Amino acid sequence: MRREHEVGAVPRRQRGNHREWEPGRFVKEFPLYRLVAEDGELVGPPDEVTLSDAEVLKLYELMVLNRALDERMITLQRQGRIGFYIGSIGEEASILGSAAAMDEQDWIFPCYREHGAALMRGMPLVTFLCELFGNAGDAMKGRQMPCHEAWRPGRFTSISSPISTQISHAVGAAWAARLKGDPMVAITYFGEGGTSAHDFHTGLNFAAVRKLPVVFICRNNGWAISVPRERQTGSETIAQKAIAYGMRGERVDGNDLLAVHAATRRARARAAAGEGPTLIECVTYRVEGHSTSDDPRAYRPAELVEPWKQKDPLLRMRRFLARRGALDDAADERIRAGVREELQRVLKEAEAFAPKPPLESLFEDVYAEPTPLLREQLAELEAAVAADPRVANPRHSDA
Amino acid sequence: MPTMNIIQAVNDALRLEMRRDPDVVVLGEDVGKFGGVFRATQGLYDEFGADRVMDTPLAEGGIIGTAVGMALYGLRPVPEIQFADFIYPAFDQIVNEVAKYRYRSGGQYACPMVIRTPYGGGIKGGHYHSQSPETHFVHTAGLKVVVPSNPYDAKGMLISAIRDPDPVLFFEPKRVYRAAKGEVPEGEYQVPIGKAKVTREGSALTLVAWGSMWHEVEQAAREAEAEGIDCEVIDLRSLQPLDTDTLVQSVKKTGRAIVVHEAPRTCGFGAELAAILQEKCFLHLEAPITRVTGFDTPFPYTLENEYLPRAPRVLKAIREVVSY
Repeated sequence: MRREHEVGAVPRRQRGNHREWEPGRFVKEFPLYRLVAEDGELVGPPDEVTLSDAEVLKLYELMVLNRALDERMITLQRQGRIGFYIGSIGEEASILGSAAAMDEQDWIFPCYREHGAALMRGMPLVTFLCELFGNAGDAMKGRQMPCHEAWRPGRFTSISSPISTQISHAVGAAWAARLKGDPMVAITYFGEGGTSAHDFHTGLNFAAVRKLPVVFICRNNGWAISVPRERQTGSETIAQKAIAYGMRGERVDGNDLLAVHAATRRARARAAAGEGPTLIECVTYRVEGHSTSDDPRAYRPAELVEPWKQKDPLLRMRRFLARRGALDDAADERIRAGVREELQRVLKEAEAFAPKPPLESLFEDVYAEPTPLLREQLAELEAAVAADPRVANPRHSDA
Repeated sequence: MPTMNIIQAVNDALRLEMRRDPDVVVLGEDVGKFGGVFRATQGLYDEFGADRVMDTPLAEGGIIGTAVGMALYGLRPVPEIQFADFIYPAFDQIVNEVAKYRYRSGGQYACPMVIRTPYGGGIKGGHYHSQSPETHFVHTAGLKVVVPSNPYDAKGMLISAIRDPDPVLFFEPKRVYRAAKGEVPEGEYQVPIGKAKVTREGSALTLVAWGSMWHEVEQAAREAEAEGIDCEVIDLRSLQPLDTDTLVQSVKKTGRAIVVHEAPRTCGFGAELAAILQEKCFLHLEAPITRVTGFDTPFPYTLENEYLPRAPRVLKAIREVVSY
């Protein structure tokens, strides 16, 4: 596919005090960092591996769960049991490799695909599923559409739909931790589309000015709904944007769990040592639609996706573990069967909750205490429901 | 008791709160060594240092977004937006993040902060140093919105706002920043958020205003008194939460009400007040509830006196409402 920015079209030599533009320069300056090849062979320096085989296996199990969860929930949406789903198929290594590289006290400021990181941080699967149903077991009290979870005990912050707004939150938390003298490093996630939003600019700028302990993870999955990466930025790479802000940038094979983990671990160490933030570009691919509301066949030729299926991050880790003798087919099948069983069991548990949170919860948490006006409005709603129960039905013609 | 202007009262409140609570921090453009373009943070940098009085890059969205992260982590940030006209780059952060954070996380997280910003016209500031955008924020669930008119309330309400568990928009009437002087107690005290104040008792009609327009209304009430019209004046002080009881009590007594604000009329907060008062005082009303406001134009430069609902226009409305 033709790359729209066609760097070669820019004149090679111009008058004035500028750096000469060399097409491909930034791809060379930010080579793709990789530790494990697609066939599972360790191709990077062994001393740069930051995970033991046992740890890789544990993360692999979480990747399998994350993948099975996404697939199952997409099915559930199609069955009409949940209203919406947005997942991370193909991007699991970028998310879990980086989240696993953070320390326990670190805060995660997610975009809307980091559900695996929420589970890693201890959010019970049943609580996550209840959020999708928006039912009485939902910790968010049924207030947000599916996949907008928060998990305070795991320092996993609240997801909003507007793009990149979480980036400056991570910067503020890192700033606060520094003022308090806490050894906390914030990590935040966004897509390559998110780098076009103003919060990306202000966030990276604020962080670099103050050398704040933040790790910025860009999941460059190639697509912002229907808009390809080439239409998103004229930069050859996302990582090079770090140069202008005055911070380190790194371009990583986002489907290589070990590479993502190692790069994030290094970025975290620098941040903790006061050496400032890092922008990590995880080069990956959105092999599915943007969400269940999207059908990529309308704008993306299938042949673009095929090669990425071969680069699948789960497949790569399975091959890696097999080569190391840490996982055979039987063990892999046991993991998959266990995950299927767990999902089935927890799904039942989640669906057993009452379908709606209590009426009064609509007016709670707007403020720490409801204002007189909100109490008045609750009474108004209660009276309306009492007068005509159809108030609570989606179609008021229903009895 | 010392006499202060509003700037000094704001400065005093910030200093006292920063001494009391190490989690209180100030951030914004030029708030550091310079002490803010209106000098509201003067001396704080020297007393509390660059870590708690933070000059930020020039980006309002970044200031509020950063303050969100600070608040989530446990600080009590007091970001300054240099002019309320420049709050719009931060509008998404305020409306979609600050206001909704507690609600959308099911109460797991909270985002308490006080966004201080000078607002209003009459200073030859044209479009971009004169606006009164309070209604946008009153319309957003999850925010509290207050507007003091005098130094006593400015200090007491700022202290209350900083201690409040919810995010507060604190609009400061810059036209009377220095002109409004008054006695202000030393040391800390609180003026509760959500309580209006009857500043003049009367029986002929009720005048409602906040911030710098309270001064115009007060002058109009004095002039009306000379004509034998006995106005009651309410300084609303808090737009969200709203002290409906004080308003309703007054209007039931007088049967007439004029709401005065300098923001444009259409969908201005006066519209909401008129709606509430007719809902709650319908059988007590002797005249239509009247609005004296800015016009539905951008804020002008040369004709700003004509644009602003100052005392002469208020007085004209008083005469009309009383003789309705």
